[in-house]
Amino acid sequence: MVHGTPRNRSGIAAAGRLILRRLGSALLTLLLVSLVVFTISALLPGDAAEETLGQSATPEAVAALRHQMGLDQPAHLRYVRWLGGMIKGDPGQSLVANMPVGQVIAGRLPNSLTLAGLTAAVAIPLALAIGILSALYRDTGLDRALNLMTLGMVAVPEFLVATIAVLVFSVTLRWLPSITVVREGIGWAEMLRGYAMPVMTLACVTVAQMARMTRAAVIDQLSRPYVEMALLKGLSPSRVVLVHVLPNAVAPIVNAMALSLSYLLGGAVIVETIFNYPGIASLMVNAVTSRDMPLLQACAMIFCTAYLLLMLAADVCAILANPRLRGQ
Amino acid sequence: MGAAQDHVQVSGLRITAPAAGGQETPIVSDVDFTIPRGQVLALIGESGSGKTSIAQALMGYARGGCRIAGGGVRVGDTEILTLDASQLRTVRGSRIAYVAQSAASAFNLSRTIMDQVVETAVGRGLISRPAAEAKAVSLFRALALPQPEAIGGRYVHQLSGGQLQRLMAAMALMTDPELVILDEPTTALDVTTQIDVLRAFKRVVRQQGATALYVSHDLAVVAQVADRIVVLQRGRIREAGDATQVLERPADIYTRTLMAAARPPAQASPQRPAPQQAPPLLEVRGLTAGYGRVEAGVPKIPVLRDVTLSIAKGTTLGVIGESGSGKSTLARVIAGLVAPAGGQVLFQGQPLAPTLSGRTREQFQRIQLVFQNADTALNPAHTVSRILGRPLAFYHGMDGRARNRRVAELLDLTQLPAGLADRHCGELSGGQKQRVNLARALAADPHLILCDEVTSALDTVVGTAILDLLAELRRELDLSYLFISHDISTVRAICDDIAVLYAGQKVEMGPRNGFGDAPVHPYTDLLIGSVPEMRRGWLEEKEMAATLPPLATAQSANLCCFLPRCAARVEGLCDRLPPPRIVLGGGNELLCHHDGQALQHLQRGRQSAISP
Amino acid sequence: MTPTVPLREESMAKPASTAASRVRHWLSGLSTSGRVGLALVILWLVLGAAGPLLAPYDVGAFVSPEVFDGMSTRHWLGSDYLGRDVLSRLLSGAQYTVGLALASALLASATGAGLALTATVSPRWVDEVISRFMDTLISIPSKVFALVLVAAFGSSLALLLLIAAATYTPGAFRIARALAINLNQMDYVQVAYARGEGRLYIATAEIMPNMIHPVLADFGLRFVFIVLLLSGLSFLGLGVQPPNADLGSLVRENISGLGDGALAILAPAMAIATLTIGVNLLIDALPGRGRRITGGR
Repeated sequence: MVHGTPRNRSGIAAAGRLILRRLGSALLTLLLVSLVVFTISALLPGDAAEETLGQSATPEAVAALRHQMGLDQPAHLRYVRWLGGMIKGDPGQSLVANMPVGQVIAGRLPNSLTLAGLTAAVAIPLALAIGILSALYRDTGLDRALNLMTLGMVAVPEFLVATIAVLVFSVTLRWLPSITVVREGIGWAEMLRGYAMPVMTLACVTVAQMARMTRAAVIDQLSRPYVEMALLKGLSPSRVVLVHVLPNAVAPIVNAMALSLSYLLGGAVIVETIFNYPGIASLMVNAVTSRDMPLLQACAMIFCTAYLLLMLAADVCAILANPRLRGQ
Repeated sequence: MGAAQDHVQVSGLRITAPAAGGQETPIVSDVDFTIPRGQVLALIGESGSGKTSIAQALMGYARGGCRIAGGGVRVGDTEILTLDASQLRTVRGSRIAYVAQSAASAFNLSRTIMDQVVETAVGRGLISRPAAEAKAVSLFRALALPQPEAIGGRYVHQLSGGQLQRLMAAMALMTDPELVILDEPTTALDVTTQIDVLRAFKRVVRQQGATALYVSHDLAVVAQVADRIVVLQRGRIREAGDATQVLERPADIYTRTLMAAARPPAQASPQRPAPQQAPPLLEVRGLTAGYGRVEAGVPKIPVLRDVTLSIAKGTTLGVIGESGSGKSTLARVIAGLVAPAGGQVLFQGQPLAPTLSGRTREQFQRIQLVFQNADTALNPAHTVSRILGRPLAFYHGMDGRARNRRVAELLDLTQLPAGLADRHCGELSGGQKQRVNLARALAADPHLILCDEVTSALDTVVGTAILDLLAELRRELDLSYLFISHDISTVRAICDDIAVLYAGQKVEMGPRNGFGDAPVHPYTDLLIGSVPEMRRGWLEEKEMAATLPPLATAQSANLCCFLPRCAARVEGLCDRLPPPRIVLGGGNELLCHHDGQALQHLQRGRQSAISP
Repeated sequence: MTPTVPLREESMAKPASTAASRVRHWLSGLSTSGRVGLALVILWLVLGAAGPLLAPYDVGAFVSPEVFDGMSTRHWLGSDYLGRDVLSRLLSGAQYTVGLALASALLASATGAGLALTATVSPRWVDEVISRFMDTLISIPSKVFALVLVAAFGSSLALLLLIAAATYTPGAFRIARALAINLNQMDYVQVAYARGEGRLYIATAEIMPNMIHPVLADFGLRFVFIVLLLSGLSFLGLGVQPPNADLGSLVRENISGLGDGALAILAPAMAIATLTIGVNLLIDALPGRGRRITGGR
């Protein structure tokens, strides 16, 4: 950042320091998040021992189990133990499934990642195309139409999209199954048919969000003097947007993508429920209804970690895209 | 001269901007002019005169919402306004090139300079990339840019304003354009940088034999480059003609107003009070300030270093310096907005607390701050009467009718109509806003007003009126000013004493008469000598600043801050020892290794052009 | 030098103008889609406020022998899975959805803006503590945060209101703080500091009036997010509990009619959509808000 003295090495070192600082900050946030999650779930009236034994249990039995589970220890000790388990990959015992939370989640996480991955593969190119197109054709009929479309998609609840999709594609047209079956050994065609509707529903919301933010980021740049200069240099509008504007809009666009991707994990609750899809979002809903706190805490921590990782990745992209920060 | 010989012909040009209710309002009307091949025509005007709109219309371009509503533009054999979008693209950047006002924002931050310089030429297939880069390097060299081979690989943030402006000229000249449009190309630069950039532009444009349109608000700059001058006011031509004629025998009254405003007459200073035993009104002692962590009394990013100055009651101290000299920080430290890292500020002999929380209401009241930009200095959510009424209520406990009466008095004092009281400041003109800004300071009944570049954002005519008002108020109310500016002629017009800041150090201070003639500090000399005079040929008379060899030793905090740019530096002395503070015969105190005689000798050739 | 045509609607309005003419002026500046949005918003506010008065039948009454009946003159929106009148239930549900979301959004925006102003004019460490805390909360995705809170505290109406507000306060804070920090650097605020003004005056008289418009627009967005969150929770059975029902609960209880494409499920879902789209259209049409981001649930 020294004015007028470019030094590759110092620039890269500065970028590296910046990235390390962001990493540190993310870790600190994650620690604080764990504290918040733990505190909220510790405020719960009653505890896991009562939950497990049910209402008919004698106080002595509850006390014994409480001691066995370590629930009679002071809160800060329980927090440290819980956090330690979380870091080691052992977030405890699921009360409802009566098996380690780690195993319960291990069975579901790949499904969630598959769904998120497929949706991202569809949504990101589509969102970029819509966002850039509407920025390029700003204030034309195309832009207004796309704007209205994305605005509608952002505002509509997912269960409306999902129900309409089921009505159209399974009930009326009978093209697609209304629930998504996940099992070993199904063919590609079968799998795609099964995933089509959940992916479509999730993509609707995320495409709209990403496209709107992409458009906003590009248009924000379009009002800068360098764009006028590029036009007065005789460059075509598409070259101005693709070559001049996009590199400067990378940071907000990547940030929008990270936000949307994090939504694909935690926000898929309703989609997973409607299509009966065994992912971790619906697992978390089950944990809430059955008040399975260890499972709930673990799911919440997974989502928060994913969010922070994605934000960190977006930050790193932004740093690398900015010549001021990356050196040369 | 017949129309057939004119390279550029603009006739009946009309440009409109959108207005409320789907209407259009004209911003340029009935503009005709011609430019003979190879000549430079200057468009002169204040803000809102439509000069940039006209210049861009020559490329068939109108800014967001505006529309070229009629008329014709011919460049060579091409009728620009009849071209379609793709034809316009082939004209722009190859036959007609544009140099924007602020290169720092007109270059793309995330691509290298070279990529942008060669983009049009290579993209059109006019020239191969290696050949284009070679040509760019030769242009960089012709424009006297440092390290011409390597500079293209840099990014915007690694270059200075003057360098960027020259790089932008190189970009414009890459395709050997027949017409170059320069839109206020030196306005954003410091005056000492402007002269070199101007010289480089002039030489290269002439070498290429291009026709040029030069847009500016500054008559003195235009006098150096233009063959012909067109004076604009509110989108219409007031006067057009040969440069010498317009500058020496302006026919139009508006042109004469502009010229008068460009050279503010010196205000007679009021009777300087006899030196008293009483302490000065304001005293700044050994002030050091900046940003970042303070170590051993020096902040990580120092802005001011060991600044000492004082203002006697009823006098005006001018503080002059270029961007980054720390002059605005000085005002903020005195006002308590920035805590100093070292040193002291005394007001009426009493030390002022470094931060706001330690100061008394009386101290707040007696020192008032007036910012440069009235657009941002007045709360857009408040009416004028609320803006002026607040200090009255806050300091004097006035309310109701007494406050309204005082608000009316203040409006009258600053020569504003009483009807303005109920308006929001968004509805006022630039000059009116600055008067309200001033009236708010007066509402406190201050002893000292800190004026930070109060006329810089205004057109010269309006700015001159504000200067007159300041002088009048000072006589009537026995005020003292700390008057901060980057413009030496403004400072010399209204100040009793002048302090010169360079890179956070006070390099010279003295009564204004001491700045009329040599000897002065080498930086002051450069500063005064860089202000263009309003006559043709001045630029040619100025000798080129000798290119200084780079310093052998690293710049250290104790040495003279002007060392890297000083033409009078002495090897082995200036780069070894910190400069002593010396006092010259005229009363000027300066920071230099040379004595008065040596400086007198070095600066003998200098004309005392703007002596009061 | 672009000619700056003074076009700032509000500031140009003559002080003498009446309130009615100002409203007319404001309306005339609104685009068609903005007016559609405004109409939808007003419609739902009225329905939310007066819903039960307009309902043709009692909310809980079994009035139709047919379940999942289609449109008819007796039942404009048909009947639900128990043979109740869908229109009556929709009007009652709208009251819960609009009322809860409005209260939550008000609470979230007011808390967010208040904390943002506090953080801005307070010493640095106060800002750092508040900001760090809010950054922590914002990294818990909103639905996840709401689910954890529901699991811990349950979902009575009052709790749902607080939970939704808590979930969207960090976002409101972040937006308001960015605005307030920028305004705090403005020269007129610096002049007020140099005048010796107190923090409370600076926050309320100098900064707040200038952030009210973007904060109002953000409030609209929070409202949309909260409507979606609460109906999502109700749809999952974790939101408004029977016998009360908001629009999301109506979708949930009629989910068995999905195969028939019953109005009982489509009507409440469409009701939510028109409400949220209406608010979004209106915000999108507000001057200076056109390119602001309307995403990030």
